[in-house]
Amino acid sequence: MRVSKLAVIAVASVIAVYIRAIFFTPADVLQGVVQKILYVHAPSAWVAFLAFGLVAITSALYLWLRDPKLDYIAASSAEVGLVFTSVVLVTGPLWAKPVWGAYWTWDARLTFTLVLWFVYVGYLILRDALDDRDMRARYSAVLGIIGAALVPFIHLSVYMFRTMHPMPVLLKPSAPSMPPVMTVTLVSSFVAFTLLYAWLLRERYQLELEREAVAQREMTRSVNAESLA
Amino acid sequence: MPHNISAPPPEQYALSRPTYTPPGVLRSALIIARKDIQVELRTRSTIFSALTFAVLALAISFFAWDPTAVGPTDLAPGVLWVIFTFSGLLSLHRSFGGEQPTRAADALIAAPIEQEGVFLGKALANLVFIAAIQIVTVPAAALLYNVSMGPIALPLAAIVLAAAIGLVAVGTLFSAMAVTTRLAELLLPLLALPFFVPIVICAAQATSKLLAGRPAADVNGYLRLLVTFDIVAVVVCTLTYPSLIEQ
Amino acid sequence: MPPPTLLATHLTRTFGPRRAVAGVSIELNPGDCLALFGPNGAGKTTLLRLFGGLLKPTSGTASIDGIPLPGGPQVRAKVGLLSHHTMLYPPLTARENVEFSARLYGVTNPRQAAHAALSTLGALDYADTSVQSLSRGMQQRVSIARAIVHTPSIVLADEPFTGLDASGAAALSAVFTQLRDSGATLIIVTHNLDEALSLCTHAAIMRRGRFARLDTAPIPRLAEYTALYKELSVDAA
Repeated sequence: MRVSKLAVIAVASVIAVYIRAIFFTPADVLQGVVQKILYVHAPSAWVAFLAFGLVAITSALYLWLRDPKLDYIAASSAEVGLVFTSVVLVTGPLWAKPVWGAYWTWDARLTFTLVLWFVYVGYLILRDALDDRDMRARYSAVLGIIGAALVPFIHLSVYMFRTMHPMPVLLKPSAPSMPPVMTVTLVSSFVAFTLLYAWLLRERYQLELEREAVAQREMTRSVNAESLA
Repeated sequence: MPHNISAPPPEQYALSRPTYTPPGVLRSALIIARKDIQVELRTRSTIFSALTFAVLALAISFFAWDPTAVGPTDLAPGVLWVIFTFSGLLSLHRSFGGEQPTRAADALIAAPIEQEGVFLGKALANLVFIAAIQIVTVPAAALLYNVSMGPIALPLAAIVLAAAIGLVAVGTLFSAMAVTTRLAELLLPLLALPFFVPIVICAAQATSKLLAGRPAADVNGYLRLLVTFDIVAVVVCTLTYPSLIEQ
Repeated sequence: MPPPTLLATHLTRTFGPRRAVAGVSIELNPGDCLALFGPNGAGKTTLLRLFGGLLKPTSGTASIDGIPLPGGPQVRAKVGLLSHHTMLYPPLTARENVEFSARLYGVTNPRQAAHAALSTLGALDYADTSVQSLSRGMQQRVSIARAIVHTPSIVLADEPFTGLDASGAAALSAVFTQLRDSGATLIIVTHNLDEALSLCTHAAIMRRGRFARLDTAPIPRLAEYTALYKELSVDAA
């Protein structure tokens, strides 16, 4: 099994970040050690949105350029994105229970992530339900574009509905209120997860290319057999 | 058998054949909407089943959530908008089904009209159906839950219209997609419901505030978001629909 | 010299690795009528769909009056599409169906045009009956009325005689003759050699996506053609 450079770098950075997170970063005074789940939860959320953004962009590009590779990238990003979204939905409640007392509190961010999860699932089931390659690419691209246009509204409306999430400690206009040692760990985890995403995306994309090549060979073989009969 | 017809020269024949101007996007949308409504009036399948569902669901909700324990003004908006969503889905289902058995869809593609017009026509027809269903459902809810909706009738009508437009834009597009797949019944709700979330949140919260006696100005935020959603949804869905059709 | 009404140059359409239409070339002018024969799966329907603007060519070109296909509304307005699928709305009446088609094509007086079309096809007695309660033959007549209500200059007919009884077939032949004589261009896909050969100026046998044989006026006698057709069909089976 060939191991790519990207795989090594991605896995190594994730391991490095977690060694730092577990052993070299102090726990939050109020929340205790469970706060460290932030270093899984937050970067996963980042990747979930990044993956969705890539689906949106490649969808628009596909309808413009009609390159099937764009469709494969979109599909791969959606699958990887679904995985990271699921991680967010699992780590969120694991964190919430000891800190807030309940697994699920319908707070804005997690609720939005849940709806995003369903959008991903819908996208993948749509692809699964279409056998024609060209139709599948077109329909997925349309869904990707609609998603890109309307997901911000889901975000806004869910926010209007409820807000209970800790305010973003990193993106306040003044200096971040996390101690620097934690900030470094958090930022490193974002970088590590982005590398992880890039690696998984590429692997999934390669898989899709190979699947398509096999399918083409099968079709050509059956068409030739048919015309000889 | 010799062929001895002498065809008239092209210029002459062109003059003798009337040239018609194909309808533009809006006109073709109206033609198609009219046809869809005609078909529905003839079969009454959609509105009837959606209405029956809505009224039954109202009754069942009443049994499920006892309004003596929780105030009806708290309950009614939620019930109303959940039923709006699901009866809407029910009526969206048949949006494109009628074109399949006789390949009427081919005639629509071959016709000298822009496909955006087809989408707008179908969405318009769906809007009429949803409006018809709501004209019965909302007063029925007021009646069964003993909630006075008279004073808020006008703002409520505006909210229902705005919500219906969003629902119909997204729902018509997804039903066009779903009807071509083998998982049509599953796919339409699965694809559409996440995008109905903004509609339901805004509409239900606004209705709730209005019923609680808050002034109309209080719900402006929700209404603005809803209307913006409608505009974006209609534009994006209309522009992407032709990509579903092309061959 | 005005461009040909229908022109195809090495027209090809593939579905994945399958070549449904594999390099068809033909030129048709006003008053021409092409009878298109061939075994099932030869690509006749695909060829018609290409000319009707329902499909895009994979390679090669097709054009109507010099405008490349699939063209915009102005080009599609000239075409009338006919097949053995009725493309009607069963709950609506014959008249409503034909009027709907007339409106879509921008006909100035849809009601009058629909009336005239139904009358030409001998379907006027059933104008106000819903299509779903009509016989197959009568449905086909209504479908034909729907296709010609906007007096198309190009008629693409895919097995239009399906379901028609003797009088229906006669009415359809009369319609085709009248169209041809007024300068329309027709392509008729059919297994009915007799009818087609007496109408048409061109005849072609399609096999595996290409024209195995193309004859222009004067086209061979019926007997000769039947033999040829059988021979080429057997080959392909």
